[in-house]
Amino acid sequence: MTGIEIFQTWLIAFFTLALFSFLYKDNPVYKIAEHIFAGLSAGYYVGLIWDTVIIQQLWTPMTVDGRWWLIVPGVMGFLMFTRFWKKITWVSRIPLAFVMGVTAGIFLISQLHGLVLPQMRDTMLPLWNTQGYGQLFLTIIIVVGVISTLIYFYFSKEHTGALGVTAKVGIWFIMISFGAHFGYTVMGRVSLLIGRVQFLIEDWIGSFT
Amino acid sequence: MRTTVPVIVAFLSGIILVVSFFFQETSFIGGLSQELKVWLTIVGGFTLLLGVVSITRVNFSGVVRRRPGWGYKILTLISIFAMAIPSILPTSWSPLFGRNAGSIYDWLFVNLDSPMMATMFATLAFYIASAAYRAFRARSAESTILLITATVVMLWRVPMGEALLNMLPGDIPSFLNTYVMGGANMAVQRGIIIGAALGAASMSLRIILGIERTYMGKG
Repeated sequence: MTGIEIFQTWLIAFFTLALFSFLYKDNPVYKIAEHIFAGLSAGYYVGLIWDTVIIQQLWTPMTVDGRWWLIVPGVMGFLMFTRFWKKITWVSRIPLAFVMGVTAGIFLISQLHGLVLPQMRDTMLPLWNTQGYGQLFLTIIIVVGVISTLIYFYFSKEHTGALGVTAKVGIWFIMISFGAHFGYTVMGRVSLLIGRVQFLIEDWIGSFT
Repeated sequence: MRTTVPVIVAFLSGIILVVSFFFQETSFIGGLSQELKVWLTIVGGFTLLLGVVSITRVNFSGVVRRRPGWGYKILTLISIFAMAIPSILPTSWSPLFGRNAGSIYDWLFVNLDSPMMATMFATLAFYIASAAYRAFRARSAESTILLITATVVMLWRVPMGEALLNMLPGDIPSFLNTYVMGGANMAVQRGIIIGAALGAASMSLRIILGIERTYMGKG
């Protein structure tokens, strides 16, 4: 290991242990690491946006490709900063309204055409097919699961009678799904923990020898 | 003026995107919608920068006024500038500037930001274990279903657990894959996706038509 590699390993180990120290209780060392992390994360976005948006999508197309009309979104972007002056704060609503309007326009179509219709089409499968009883059972599970889940989240009518029974079935399905997701989340977080512990044991403690 | 102009802007920008769906990309309105998407990226980029400027202002104000924890706020400010300033300086000045491998930005990301992010998420493993203890107590039929599914999925996802499941009669991993993950779990995800998508579409319609104006704030 070179000197710079040892320095990097110790630096990472210090901040890893500093952040883990919160598991005991909140302390100044954790706060130092936390504030540095927050600052680095904010600074990361400055570099990312500067390069991928301001330079690649605004400055280069305007100055090299001659797309001068991009000055309009550029000015709208700067108008966002009027939020910092009380008297003209309202001006920032214009670019905000533009963002909301375009996003809403994209969402309206993409949600209905890209999600609702394909998901509904894939749910409406023929019960009798050539793939045997296993596929039939799976199709029934999917149809019952989708309908009962939708009914569980339907709050315009009180969940009593047939609606209540279907909603109850919906809860069971939802619990199966949440259980599976919880299991996956636990495994994901534990994998990260294993990674950090592996770094501390193999790389950091390993560097002592 | 203060409300009408933004409502008109939202309506026009939204309706162009909706109408363009029914036209080819090579048509005028198709091209206009593509251009508006580029504009969205640019304005959206500025909104992220606005957030960073806001964080900087809040922390700077805290330091100047000696608010509690002002010493930590200095560290936040130093970190923001240490990461941001070298990244926006041209690489032609020095290989340490910009975002390429070997730059200050890259070094800080690889050696500080990325390991700290992984550690933050790894810390959640302890809290999620504590949450699991509360959620997995079999007090009702629903929580029992949650307990069984989560336990089996966790077992299934590690080599030792999968080996254990394979020792039991029947093909449990295959059953889990087909009927739990590809059946019940997918059905619920589908139900949630359909519900959320319908909600997002109706909210989008409200924004385009100017009924929903809460994003503008007060005043």
